[in-house]
Order: sequence, then structure tokens, then C-alpha cells
Amino acid sequence: MEWETVIGLEVHVQLATASKLFSGTSTEFGAQPNTQANIYDLAMPGTLPVLNAEALRMAVKFGLAIDAEIGKTSVFDRKNYFYPDLPKGYQTSQLDFPTVGKGQLVIDMEDGSQRTIGVTRAHMEEDAGKSLHEDFHGKTGIDLNRAGTPLLEIVSEPDLRNAREAVAYLKKLHSIILYLGISDGDMSQGSMRCDANVSVRPKGTTELGNRTEIKNINSFRFVEKAINIEVQRQIDIIEDGGKIVQETRLYDADKNETRSMRSKEVANDYRYFPEPDLLPIVIDDAYIESVRTTLPELPDIKKQRFQDEYALSEYDAMILSSDLSTADYFEEVAKACGDAKLSANWVMGDLQASLNKDEISISESPISSDALAGLIKRIKDNTISSKIAKTVFEAMLAGEGDADSIIESKGLKQVTDAGAIEKMVDEVIANNPAQVQQFKEGKEQVIGFFVGQIMKASQGKANPAQVNQLLKEKLSS
Amino acid sequence: MIELGLAPLSRALANGEFSSVELTQAYLHQIAQENSDLNAYVTVCEELALSQARAADEARSQGNAGPLTGIPIAHKDLFCTQGIRTACGSKMLDNFIAPYNATVVENFIKAGSVTLGKTNMDEFAMGSSNETSFYGPVKNPWDRSLVPGGSSGGSAAAVAARLCAGATATDTGGSIRQPASFTGITGLKPTYGRVSRWGMVAFASSLDQAGTMTQSAEDAAMMLNVMAGLDLKDSTSSDTAAEDYTKDLDKPLAGLKIGIPTQHFSEGLNADVEKCIREAIAEFEKLGATVREVSLDNSHLSVSAYYVIAPAEASANLSRYDGVRYGYRCKDPVNLEDMYKRTRSEGFGTEVKRRIMVGTYALSAGYYDAYYIKAQKIRRLIKNDFQKAFEEVDVIMGPTSPHTAFAIGSKNDDPVTMYLEDIYTIAVNLAGLPGMSIPAGLVNGLPVGLQIVGKDFAEAQLLNVAHKFQQATDWHEKSPVN
Amino acid sequence: MSIELGDVENIAHLARLDLTEKEKEEAASSMSNILNLIDQMQSVNTDDVAPLAHAFDTAQRLREDKVTETDQRDELQKIAPEAEDGLFLVPKVIE
Repeated sequence: MEWETVIGLEVHVQLATASKLFSGTSTEFGAQPNTQANIYDLAMPGTLPVLNAEALRMAVKFGLAIDAEIGKTSVFDRKNYFYPDLPKGYQTSQLDFPTVGKGQLVIDMEDGSQRTIGVTRAHMEEDAGKSLHEDFHGKTGIDLNRAGTPLLEIVSEPDLRNAREAVAYLKKLHSIILYLGISDGDMSQGSMRCDANVSVRPKGTTELGNRTEIKNINSFRFVEKAINIEVQRQIDIIEDGGKIVQETRLYDADKNETRSMRSKEVANDYRYFPEPDLLPIVIDDAYIESVRTTLPELPDIKKQRFQDEYALSEYDAMILSSDLSTADYFEEVAKACGDAKLSANWVMGDLQASLNKDEISISESPISSDALAGLIKRIKDNTISSKIAKTVFEAMLAGEGDADSIIESKGLKQVTDAGAIEKMVDEVIANNPAQVQQFKEGKEQVIGFFVGQIMKASQGKANPAQVNQLLKEKLSS
Repeated sequence: MIELGLAPLSRALANGEFSSVELTQAYLHQIAQENSDLNAYVTVCEELALSQARAADEARSQGNAGPLTGIPIAHKDLFCTQGIRTACGSKMLDNFIAPYNATVVENFIKAGSVTLGKTNMDEFAMGSSNETSFYGPVKNPWDRSLVPGGSSGGSAAAVAARLCAGATATDTGGSIRQPASFTGITGLKPTYGRVSRWGMVAFASSLDQAGTMTQSAEDAAMMLNVMAGLDLKDSTSSDTAAEDYTKDLDKPLAGLKIGIPTQHFSEGLNADVEKCIREAIAEFEKLGATVREVSLDNSHLSVSAYYVIAPAEASANLSRYDGVRYGYRCKDPVNLEDMYKRTRSEGFGTEVKRRIMVGTYALSAGYYDAYYIKAQKIRRLIKNDFQKAFEEVDVIMGPTSPHTAFAIGSKNDDPVTMYLEDIYTIAVNLAGLPGMSIPAGLVNGLPVGLQIVGKDFAEAQLLNVAHKFQQATDWHEKSPVN
Repeated sequence: MSIELGDVENIAHLARLDLTEKEKEEAASSMSNILNLIDQMQSVNTDDVAPLAHAFDTAQRLREDKVTETDQRDELQKIAPEAEDGLFLVPKVIE
């Protein structure tokens, strides 16, 4: 039987506010345990919440970016459950009236195709603290620094049909969030976390199968692996005549398997009800419009502009626009050097490869956009060949200076003087009579040998086009 | 001097008739004499009180005294007091030294008042007799075999027994007005949002409101002047401007329109109590007020709706007592669940556990609409009833309680009997309105309270109405201390 | 509406309360009485009534996104039942 996979993602994004959702405590990452947990964060008796204006603004900004309905009146609810990292015994969240309602996200597949994925809702809620399980005399340590950090939980429709689409959705979400500047989106620090609801059904049917919720997926790569492994597990069970148990499962990256979280098996009854310590959040059109004016150019718009303005291919435009820093870097290079195509090739090619190798982001690139533009200018004006440019690029990476000074100090300037090239051509022809003979007998590919010899003699600096032309003239005469 | 009320004491201090230290010592002496039997205070802050009194006298000598400077007061033990145990009548918080001050407490400190101590109360303010306290029942100073009412029974008894000049209290369903009625004092529950809830240990967030326990309306106005106002730390604190609540005290009552809800003079009301209330209302007519009947059609459902909403909110508000960060933790828990369950079962008393259970049930899957949503709808009907009545009248009057104080231990068999104690007061909390109870007579030597309910933020008017009555009568001067 | 022992056990677990058999029976009986009181609400038709969560129809105030709090850990952990190395300790949490 052929199976269809149905996936919905719940993505938690930590909003990049300075203070917590309901208290004036810092949200900075990496502080000593419990040094960023005030009396409200510790749920001391008598303490009360007041909503952070910036968190609301960021939520609305996200809503506008995905063309969503914005809740004019949104309400916080209490979600009740006991856990040591949840100090109040309830999480303040939004159930029936979220700040962001139905919206959509266009995802880009690697083959260049696009799909529109529905976003059900996005709501604000508090993050929990952390439980540290290393040994304290067999006890668990609780750090509440993260408790109360604002989260935006973005819930997709079950519109995703395979793991690659899930990754594409997540990447697009990540891209938009960074464009909006509402989160650092760092999955390794938990600023962006993903739970996946996965089910399978016979292809062609419309009824949803029993789903499992996979938790703890903390990288793009793991999302794909976890979903694939879970889909396979479900298909195997059904094909063996079994049934899928609706449950929460944990992805174990080391073993590449999902496993049941027994501790959460007991049916939760969260007893949501409106948080009486907070009043309804009421926003008007003027507020929404004021947030709209702060929206940056978003990835899809930028991609189209890159195609129109710089004549880039759709693929190049998509790659370059997907990350805001890369897009900005590219545009700076293109503007400074005047050649968008070469700029795109260098940014996506050698630069990205070297950044990947060193695992650093483009904003930390050792070669500035100005410096890369300087290099490209020298290719364009024939000072160096594309091949030599790679040598110059390596030197720039090593911190040896800008393109011009490296070309100068290493004497890499391309030889375009016809007389000098002719002299080298004559020498090589004179020194290799056997190969000349072969050429004359019709073995034209031997010309590569001559080019190689000349480039070697010129240390790569001879202009290859000129060399080729002269060689052909001389050998044919 | 301690027999004087807060306002006369303020004048006496201003006139230099005695110092705050002398006054404070007199109260501390009286507390030492009486409290072991009355059990009104759970914590007495002798050293703190005397040092605050000295500072108040010093400030006065520098010419920096306000109306409340040097006035010894007591706080209900659910207002967080920094460095002082704030136990809320519960074993759960028996070891809880609050790390901060409630806004109310802070305001009294700024006003230069003296903190005598913390008063006993029903556990987490859940009770109408002060019998659910971990620290034992409070006795009614009028008859020590009787309850003082609850949940602010300690504050009420302390004021009635002249163990302080005035006391803070809170009212979620009648917890200021009913004990004020039982102990013959003046209790004021302001409009919801008038006084900050920051630092007030929560029972039911949408109903809790802090207020005053004093001998007179004038005293209450002076205390409210210190307590009322916008607090940005409390999202439900109102930005309606606070007033000088003493400014309208002497306004004549001619033309005042009083509404009498038929539903508050029906079956269940003690005949002698009714007689007192009718006589009090007649007194208002003498003062120039007119009286007409009004109908609060849904008032009979107020107790039902309240016992969904208040326990539901409480069930979540009390989840933080888990033994992790402060408060009681059971001995040697074998695992996490054991810690939660034993901590909470050992730390909470029976009534608190009962209300947590009721609230949990009302919010649980399958019952939410039938209970919680239904109760919120009834709440709106009740609010609408008051709005309609207030189109015709300025204030609504009736009995605070169907009867006078009852015997300790007499109503503990069925919780519903106790819940019905608040039958006349609860609707006021559901509607968020300001309400008072003032002494209006004696039945068999026990005080009877008249409830006065006003429009939103009409505290100044309520206090004016009460003050004029107290100028014309002397029920508020009756005291069990002679 | 009457409450059965099974309901009591379920609710007690949700509320993390541990009741003795006697307490469970007492709870079942007193809760049934309370629910009878509460059920009086059902006598009124409220189909066209909007629920009222707060007595006043006002909107949430917003707080400027500013860090106003400083580290009070040592002070706050003085009243903790069990703390070590700045962490609150609880019995081992098993995932």
C-alpha cells in the first residue's frame, strides 16, 4: 500500500525582549542559575503579572508578516499542570483568543517549487525553567532563569506531506523570524524549538490517522531524521496489523529513534481558564498599522526583487534572500562592485563554503562585503583571472590584506601584454617539437598541454584567452 | 487612649496629647493582656512597632507628620510584610518570611503608620467564621464563645477589642463586611481595582479586594486615603483617580435615594436583625433620604456562581504551594509526586483542600461549560441587576448577614451551611462594587451590621452616607471593652 | 449531581492532593452537597448571556520592556526548603 504522511509543526520561538513576558527580569542567556528569577518568576505569594509591550508588538509583527488575522482582543489563559520548572503550577498561555490567528507561509523546496502552508495560530506564552538532572545527591536541580521568558508558539495546519517539506517550513519560519528581528532563532540554545505531530494514512484517503507528537527536535537536520524515522515506525506498525497509539514521543538523536514518554502518558487535563490576574489585550487598527510600518522587506519580496533588479536566477535569488544577513551582504557586494552575477557566485560559492567550513555566520565573515567587492572588481577589469582570484581569496581569508595589496605583494597581476605572452608561446613551441608534430597530425587536444606549460611558466598570470588565441595562430601557421 | 478611634487618635497625636510611642505601648500592653485568649493576632511586632513609633514621633517633631503618622494599625496576615512571617492562616506558609512588602503595607509605611502585627484569618481567606485558621479560631470580643466572622476575623476582633486603631483586611465574598457586622465595627470593601492586590496572597483574583476595619466611617476614609490608587504592578488596579475620601463625609443626605432589595428581606433573615435594619433605614429617612424597593432578580444565584468562580481561581492560585521554592515541604519525600501530594495534603487544611477540589472539578474536561462558563454568565446577570437598580437609586442597603454572630463550632458539619453565611455580601464581589458594613443595632447584646452598597468607585459617597448615620446614632461607639 | 469516589480520586490527583479513604468519602459527600448548591445556576437560561470574567470592562496595561530587577538569589533562597549551588532541589525527576 502507498502511504501519505501528514505533518503539523508546533514551533516555539523565544522572543528577543530584554525582560520577561510578565516581569522586569532580564532574559539574557547564560547567567548563573536563578540569578534571573525575581519574586514573580518564583511565584512568590501575592505577586502579579504585567504584560511586556514589546512581546505583544513582536507577536503582532509576526502575524502581519504571515498575513494573519490579528486578534483585536486576545486573552491569556492559565494552563494548569504541576512540574518543578513551572513555578506557578500553571503556564500563562493563550487558548481561545490568541494574538495571531490564521495565516500562511510559502515554503521553498529545493527544486524551486513553492507550496503554501497554513498557519493555524500563533500565541504568546511563558517559557518554563530548566530541570538539571546531573547528580545532586540523587536529586534534580531547578534553574528558573528561563521561566517567564516570552515565547511565541506558532502552530501549523497539518499541511506538510513529508520531512523535507517540514524542514522547508521550519527554514522559512526561521528566515522570517530573523528578518523581523523578533528572535535570534538559535536552535542550539533553544531559542527555537520544534515539536512535530506526525501521522500516516493510505494515499488517497482524507481521514487523519492517529498521530504522535515528537518532542525535543533541536536542529533542522534532526527534524528531517526524526520525522522520517517516525513515519517508518508508524507504517511498519500498521502494515504488521498494529495500531498507532496517540502519544508523546521523544526523539533521541544519538540512537536516531523516537521513544514513548511514559511520564506524559497519563491523560493531561490542563483545565484552561482565563487568567484573572490579566485583563483582555485590546489593540486597535492604529496600533496594528504602526507595527506594520516597522515590517522589513520580507524574504519572498526580496527574492523577487533580486530577480528583477539583479537579473539573478530564481534559485540564486531564493538562496540569497533566505537569510537576511546573507541577502544584505550580497547586496552590499553587488552594489560596490557593479556585477550582481559574479557577486552572487562568490557569496554562494567560495565565501559560503569557507564560512561553512569554519562554522561561522556571514555576519562574522573575516572578509567584509567591501573587501569581496574589491576582489570582484579586479576580476572584472582583468587584473586577475578567476583562477588567481581564488588564490587572492584564500589570502584574504588568512588575513593578509585586501585584494589589491595581495595582488601587488604576491605579483599576481595578470599578464596581458601581447609581446610577453608571445614570447612565452614561442618558447614553449620551440621546446616541445614532439607535441607540435602531434598537433599538426590533427591531435588538437594537445593544445591543453601547451596552455598548461605557459600557465606554469607565467605562474598562472598569463591571460588564458590571449594564450589560447596566440597558440592556435602559431601552431596552425 | 486606646478606646479612641483612628480619627480622634490622629487629632490627639497632632495636638501632642500623647506620643505615638505611648500609644503604641498602650496597644502592646492591651494585646499582651487580651490576645492569648482572643487570638486576634498571629504575630505581634513589638520591636518594629516601637521603632516605627519613635520614628513617627521624630517625624512629627520635624513637622513631617501626616494624618496616619504614628497611628498603630494591624495587617491581615495575607499582606506580605518584608522580613515578617506572612502565613495566611496556613501551615503551608507557617515558615514563610515574606521577601517583600505588599503595596498596601508599603503605603502605610510611607504614611508613617506603626505596624503592631499580623492578624489571624481563615486559611487563605477561605471561611466565614475564622475557624479554618491553622492558628486556631479567633474569639468574638462581644462573647468569647462566638465566632467573630471571617475570613478577616482577626482584624475585626482586633479593632473591636481595641487592640489597634484600625486594621487592613480583604474581602472576596464578604470577608470584611460579615466580620465587621459580627463585631460591631465599620468595614469597607472598596470597588474591585481600587486598592492594589500586589503583595496580597491571592484567594480568587477576580474577586479579592483589600479594605479597612475601623471604628467609624471617618476612620475608614482616612485609611482608604493611604491605600487607594493606581498601582502599575497590578494589571487589575484601576486608573480611575483616587480621591480624598474624607472630603465628602459631612455632605447632607437630603435627596439621597436608597434602594432596598426585596430579596435581602426574605426567608432566612432573623426577625430581630430585620427590625434593626429597618430602624436604621428609617434613620436615613430622617436625614432626608428617600427609600424605595429594588429587585436584584438573580441574587439568589450569587452563592452558586461564587462557589464555582472563587474555587476555580483558587485551585490555580494555590498550585504554587508545591514545596519547591518556599513554604512547607513534607518530610523525606520518596519521589516528586510524593513530595507534591504530601506537601499539599499536610500543608493545607480541610476547607482549603475542599475548595481546591471543587475548583479543579469545575474546570476539568467536560464540566467547564456547565460550571465555569455558566457561572460567568450568571455573574453578568448579577452585575446587570445592580446596574439596573443603580439607574434608580444612589445606594443599596440591607442586612450584612442574616443573623448575629454564631457559636464557635456550630456550623462546621456541612460546608454549604457556612457558604450561605455570605448570601447578602457575595453578589457585591461578583459585580465588583464597593460595599460597607456599619453597626446598626444590637440584638441580645450582639451587634447587627447594615450593608451599604454603592456604584463603581463611589467610596466617597458610601463613606459620606455611613458617616452621617454615625453622627446621628451611636451604634458604632458601642464596644465590648468596658 | 453526585460525586463518586472515583471522581474524587481523579480530581485529587489533578490537584496533587493525597486523601485518606475517610477523607475521600467526606469529600465525595461534601462535594455532592456543594454541587447541588452550584447546580441552582442551571435553573436560569443564559443562552444569550456573554460570560463575565472581570467585573470591569477594561483592557490590559502594558509594561515597557525594561530590565528592572536585580539578582536577589541568595536572599530569596534563604526561605527555600532545599537549595544548593544556586539551584532549588527536588526529588529526582524521571523523564
